[in-house]
Amino acid sequence: MALRFDREAGQGLRLISLTLAYVLVMLAAPLLMVITFSFWTQDYLTIDTTLTLNNYREAWGTPIYQVLMWRSLKISLIVTVVTVLLAFPIAYYLSFHVTRRKALWLFLITVPFWTSYLLRVFLWKVILGYNGVLNSALLGLGFIDAPLTFILYNLNAVVITLAHAWAPFAILPIFVALEKIDRSLLEAATDLGDSPLRRFFRITLPLAMPGIVAATLIVLIPTVGDFITPRLVGGTDGLMISNMIQIQFGKANNAPLGAALAVSSMVVIGLISVGIFLVGKKLGGRVR
Amino acid sequence: MKWLSSKWLAVYAVVYMIFLYAPVILLPLFAFNTSTIIAFPLSGFTTEWFVGLWYTDTLHIALGNSMFVGVTTALLSTLLGAFAARASARFAFPGKTGIVGLIMLPLVLPEIIIAVALLVMLNQLGMPLSLWTVVGGHVLICTPFAIAILSSSYRGLDRELEEASFDLGESRWGTFRRVTLPLVLPGVISSLLITFTISLDEFIIAFFLTGTDVTLPVYIWSQLRFPAKLPSVMALGTILLLVSVVLLIIAEALRRRSAARQGVDTTLAGL
Repeated sequence: MALRFDREAGQGLRLISLTLAYVLVMLAAPLLMVITFSFWTQDYLTIDTTLTLNNYREAWGTPIYQVLMWRSLKISLIVTVVTVLLAFPIAYYLSFHVTRRKALWLFLITVPFWTSYLLRVFLWKVILGYNGVLNSALLGLGFIDAPLTFILYNLNAVVITLAHAWAPFAILPIFVALEKIDRSLLEAATDLGDSPLRRFFRITLPLAMPGIVAATLIVLIPTVGDFITPRLVGGTDGLMISNMIQIQFGKANNAPLGAALAVSSMVVIGLISVGIFLVGKKLGGRVR
Repeated sequence: MKWLSSKWLAVYAVVYMIFLYAPVILLPLFAFNTSTIIAFPLSGFTTEWFVGLWYTDTLHIALGNSMFVGVTTALLSTLLGAFAARASARFAFPGKTGIVGLIMLPLVLPEIIIAVALLVMLNQLGMPLSLWTVVGGHVLICTPFAIAILSSSYRGLDRELEEASFDLGESRWGTFRRVTLPLVLPGVISSLLITFTISLDEFIIAFFLTGTDVTLPVYIWSQLRFPAKLPSVMALGTILLLVSVVLLIIAEALRRRSAARQGVDTTLAGL
């Protein structure tokens, strides 16, 4: 038995070694390099490799970076909460009420996601703009007297656009978790006298929690790194930390500071993610 | 529990689908609109923007670049994904969770972090940026998708079929060709199509890692700055959407057929 296991282990490791090597060279090594880089300094074109914390002092101490970091976190968290809240009823509907053609529904949900990302963001600008689709429609129908201005070039626009962009990523994990719920548990709860609402909070929600946590993390982490949406629809109040990272690596030509900003935002978002994961584990996964 | 009743949820689902499809429906509307201003009311029907694309050389170059990057990425990430999916579906080995976790990591890492990390490394090594560096980044983000698709193919693969083939005297290669490959082939094609589509639409990594050769999304980004170019961009976007949807329908059909052949629940396979 031991021999068989060893042979199997060897075969498995050999099979995965090429993929692992690729990820080590193209992901692990670059990530370590960025971390090292963030402790160096750059003076125009020359890199000074003396280790220093100056980049982090600047990243954490300068008001503009503090503002951008807070705003990024705030926007990402709002986007995540909105996206997951909007997605949950859809996942619930698909899992509990749609009996035929589930796969078709799932497919239809993913189709908009395959429109060019840049164009989707741009089209939201067209929809939400001063003379945009939404305003002309509302004006035409007589619901409003003057175009709404609070929907473009600010936080709201970023939230709407990102909630749209990440919708399938939020719906699918929740749907999978809901599908796994043993329906006889729900019948048992009803038989034992639970009201539908009580049943929902005692069984459905806790058992859906792993999916909700997965959806939350899948939306939250990449959102912090988005710099297209803030740039196109966010206006000046919607700029995020990634825009600054991009500027440091581009125009400002201060890669070490950009690296420090990138590492800082990843550490912060990593800690928040671990927190969400632990809270989700505590709250869910079993019938209450 | 009125708010979770079937009727209200159905209404909500319809509203939500309108929200999801709003930008998608606008795309062809403006692509066929005569006005250069992207706003309502529509002024008239025209196909001139589509015809114009035919004569735009910079677009054709970008398209060629994207095809190269997309095809290369699809082949490499499906190959790497197949090794990893096979290993994780079939074998137990030490450090499996950690290794698979690391390979799947790009799925949750923000693309800007991957792009910036690769850029720093390439600069330090003094390697020039080119379409190959874009491929390098794209393979990284596409491999997890390939693994997700191929894992369900390999997991549904009945181990005894391969053992039977060995017992009947087939060689390792013969077994692979005659038993394993036909069973996982739909998954492989599905993975090729999905990874190609992801690469075709990827902007952030391409934006950071490309040299003078631009890919299609980078080209679109450069065009978005010029209001006069917007209708052609809409036309281009419409074509891209059609191509993506056709590829996805094929991929989905193949994936389901392979799942059905192996008796796996079709709605959940691959998620």
